[in-house]
Amino acid sequence: MKRAIFYIVLVFGALMFLYPFLWMLTATLVPESEIGKLTLIPSSVSLNSYRQMFDKIPIGRALLNSVFVASTITLGVLIFGSMVGYALSRLQFRGRNLIFYIIIFTMTLPFQITLIPQYIIMVKLGWVDTYLALIVPYLMNALSIIMFRQYFKSIPQDLIDAARIDGCSELGIIFRILWPNSIPALVTIGIITFMASWNEVLWPLIVIRNEDLMTMPQLVTLFAVGGRAESQLGVKLASAMVLALPIVLAYLFFQRYFIQSMASTGMKE
Amino acid sequence: MKRKITPYLIVSPYIIHFIIFIAFPVIFSIILTFHKWNIISPMEYSGFNNYIQLFQDKLFLKSVLNTLVFLVIHIPLQIVVALFLAEVLNQKLRLRGFFRAAFFLPVVVSGVVVTILWQQLYGFDTGLLNRILVFLGFGKVGWLVNPKLAMPSIAIMATWKNVGLYIVLFLVGLQTVPKYYYEAADLEGASHWQKFTKITLPMINPTIFMVVILSTIGGFSLFIEPYIMTGGGPLNSTLSAVLYIYKQGFFYYHMGYSATLGLFFAIIIVGVVIVQKKFIEREV
Repeated sequence: MKRAIFYIVLVFGALMFLYPFLWMLTATLVPESEIGKLTLIPSSVSLNSYRQMFDKIPIGRALLNSVFVASTITLGVLIFGSMVGYALSRLQFRGRNLIFYIIIFTMTLPFQITLIPQYIIMVKLGWVDTYLALIVPYLMNALSIIMFRQYFKSIPQDLIDAARIDGCSELGIIFRILWPNSIPALVTIGIITFMASWNEVLWPLIVIRNEDLMTMPQLVTLFAVGGRAESQLGVKLASAMVLALPIVLAYLFFQRYFIQSMASTGMKE
Repeated sequence: MKRKITPYLIVSPYIIHFIIFIAFPVIFSIILTFHKWNIISPMEYSGFNNYIQLFQDKLFLKSVLNTLVFLVIHIPLQIVVALFLAEVLNQKLRLRGFFRAAFFLPVVVSGVVVTILWQQLYGFDTGLLNRILVFLGFGKVGWLVNPKLAMPSIAIMATWKNVGLYIVLFLVGLQTVPKYYYEAADLEGASHWQKFTKITLPMINPTIFMVVILSTIGGFSLFIEPYIMTGGGPLNSTLSAVLYIYKQGFFYYHMGYSATLGLFFAIIIVGVVIVQKKFIEREV
């Protein structure tokens, strides 16, 4: 009896979270007049909304931009994050603690304070409407440095000493010795970084005006709030669907990693 | 000698990045607050004008209060729903993995998608929610058109989007509670509710506080949801502080004033989080 109630709660909960997405999928596949019906099975399927959306905005180009920007940032964060994480956990040098405290400080610094000056820096560097503006400010990430530092501490010092005796350089130690032994950390940091940059929208709205350089969330946002969707719900929802699809597909295959990774960001303390 | 320089070479990209993208902006933002500047013409020294304007700016005050309204609804709602679903998921049931994955789905999807979707769900005439209400025999609700309801509606949506993450955090927390506590309580004949309030809640206090702080910081950056859904309306009832800062900076090009708002709002955020942390340390 009790178990039955639990199942009813869970099924009802799952419906609350899944039904809107399925409803959205249906809404993009039916003629404009049928949108809003409660049923999920369309009387006839048409790709009209998608066709119109592809005609109006360069969504394919935006997809490529998003993939390029998010991958570059992720790679950069993994490389630089592991370098700094290594130095902080394994190397002795003056100022090490100072750098550590600076990193902790930047984690507590609200972005609202740096938003305007960072934009001005982009203007002065001439980076507005370039990929550099989307990528470079995100190449360092305090949380990922702390996570690498934490993870590297668990790797035996013997491994590093042995590599040093073999004449391995410090960078060699990081990328050839530590990386192969840090797959879980690389996956976790990789997923959260990729997700965060894939979904970022405030910063692109500020530094990108040229439609050809827009990432997907920005393009879809401007499409949705601007007049170009001409208040056609189907077309608007189709753009949202295309924005959701890559991450949802990745999530279907790797959901365990997504959940673990994103939960671990909350566990940092 | 080489040994001595290497560590600095390794951390140098971080130092350079820190100076350009954090240290300089922080200092520059303070300088900006004493200037009037539209980026095109030269900077103009304006003394404390930006601060005077800030303290007389009713719209900024409203945007901060709006953000607080959002937090006050969003955080308790999120904790109650997440804790409830985590508690149910923590039972020995089949398909737990499926349900957990379903609850988590909105977390991975972009906030832009969620907002566009909910804008349709909240629609007055054609929205799914009002259709369901009419179907059940109730009247239509002005989710986004009623100024009193618009921010709570956004808070409900944000809860729907984020709650999956907090369910998972609570599940981790629940698993740290030793099983024999419950077994002992069973022997005493404790009810489910008693076990929940007397054992579970005190044991997962640290998780609750972590969730409070995480969602406070997240909530203070509320931007894209009102930007897409309402543009800050109706009657500025969903104008969040970040949306207002954005508008001052990038609609009106009041760089100095926008930086002043950003700095002041950041101080509010840090203040609130410090108070929360103090409160937590006293409780735990």
